[in-house]
Amino acid sequence: MKDVLVRSHIKHRISGSFFWFTMLFFYAPLLVLIVFSFNEGRSMNFTGFSFKWYKVLFFDSAKLWGSFYNTLLIAVTSALVSTVIGTLGAIGIYWYNFKMKRYLEVVSYLPIILPEIIIGVSMLMFFAGMNMPLGLSTIIIAHITFNIPYVLLIVIARLSEFDYSIIEAAHDLGATEMDTLLKVIIPMCIPGILSGFLMAITLSVDDFVITFFVTGPGASTLPLHIYSMLRFGLSPAINALSVILIVGSLAMAFMSKKLFKHMFN
Amino acid sequence: MIKNYGQRYTFPIMVWLTVFFVIPFSIILVGSFLEKGLYGGFEPAFSIEAYKALMSDTMRKVTLNTIFISVATTVLTVLLALPTAYHIARSPYKEKLLFLVIIPFWTNFLIRIFAWIAVLGNNGLVNNFFVNIGIFNSPVQLLYNKWAIILIMIYTSLPFAILPLYAVIEKFDFSLLEAARDLGATKSQSMFKILIPLILPGISTAVLFTFIPAFGNFAIPDIVGGTDVRMLGNIINERLKTARNWPSAAAISMILTTISVVMVLLFNRIISSKERKIGGNI
Repeated sequence: MKDVLVRSHIKHRISGSFFWFTMLFFYAPLLVLIVFSFNEGRSMNFTGFSFKWYKVLFFDSAKLWGSFYNTLLIAVTSALVSTVIGTLGAIGIYWYNFKMKRYLEVVSYLPIILPEIIIGVSMLMFFAGMNMPLGLSTIIIAHITFNIPYVLLIVIARLSEFDYSIIEAAHDLGATEMDTLLKVIIPMCIPGILSGFLMAITLSVDDFVITFFVTGPGASTLPLHIYSMLRFGLSPAINALSVILIVGSLAMAFMSKKLFKHMFN
Repeated sequence: MIKNYGQRYTFPIMVWLTVFFVIPFSIILVGSFLEKGLYGGFEPAFSIEAYKALMSDTMRKVTLNTIFISVATTVLTVLLALPTAYHIARSPYKEKLLFLVIIPFWTNFLIRIFAWIAVLGNNGLVNNFFVNIGIFNSPVQLLYNKWAIILIMIYTSLPFAILPLYAVIEKFDFSLLEAARDLGATKSQSMFKILIPLILPGISTAVLFTFIPAFGNFAIPDIVGGTDVRMLGNIINERLKTARNWPSAAAISMILTTISVVMVLLFNRIISSKERKIGGNI
């Protein structure tokens, strides 16, 4: 018995050192960004503490704020549309049999498993073929497309916790399909729908590859803007921007945790 | 008889995915067998030129690079993710530790790449440090090679590997290992016949979540690969936007698609056959 305890203790120590190595790996580079965002100079030599780059970021980066606005617009629009389409799709796929169901299942699974670049390239060729000018509208269409499968999966996961007899009961009690949808199905899916929506917002805000292919002149998003900063000249303001985004993602992570906990209890 | 509302509920998703996914995807498939247009686009004439061109020396080198980078990334990521996930699943502070993994997952993808440029770039922290203390005379190029790509790919995919592994290890009943040992199994027997088979679905998911994004990656080699190390994703972009050879971009996209789908089918098969075997034994 003692032997087993000692062994499991050693095992724990080994996996523990891997764990803390991973954490160091995760956070050391982010910490470097945070420290140097307060650097007075331009270089990676710390010459003095200053809020200079935050000032540049907030008061002298009109283009960046323009792309930030675009990012929000695209995220909210595409998340709303994909949540509606994905939720209805999930209800249909989970509870009904219909013609071409297998086709729909395959087609809504594929965008998740294919590399992002495939979606980007195919949509670019499609928009070119349709003579659609590239810009915000094509980005929104692309984002709706890659968000739908995720919303679908999340809502289906929620539906699988319920029994179809609830729906039958509603029907037996005289509810029309519309009543059932609005008063029974949607309310009980709300946690799933909300997390699908949140997922869609996150994926949309973070997307670089697909957006890169379907964007047009003048339609920059935050990731596209960061990319051009990385490729064509760094300003230390990007350190400050990174810190704001890291803090933002922390807030998002906390919020979603709270939200999920609240919803599932 | 209940009326079938399935068709109505799925009408929007059916139309949307057909128009904006199936049709665009068919364009790649068909376009890869067409001739190239003068200024981009396709000429409606059958040709397998785009596939023939995949045999060139450049393409062979890029393909080998792509395979090497994505396999190395996958192996190293899973090897690092396994003990990390194990530690989280066995810890009394599971939720808190898991949260530490989720934060980088929420952090913007390009910012995570940028963090490594700030550390390893020519004007980065490491170079500055070693030049200042006089070990390096001038900055050493640490980025713009295969290993930089692999390092950053591991960095971005690690949360995606840890989460599915955590999910299976957390559900694993560790008393099974003790039972196996009590019944006379050796340590490695209990490991390979009980633990590994039971967490195999999680391992497969982790492999898929790491390998497919790595294999089809475009952003990371584009930013930290320099001109020397290019992957298939970079060639697609180049053919599409610079060389204006759309059939070639389409053909390479078809290769990426085929490999991703084959991987998924293969791993699904491994998972389901293992599950049957375990079920059969019990």
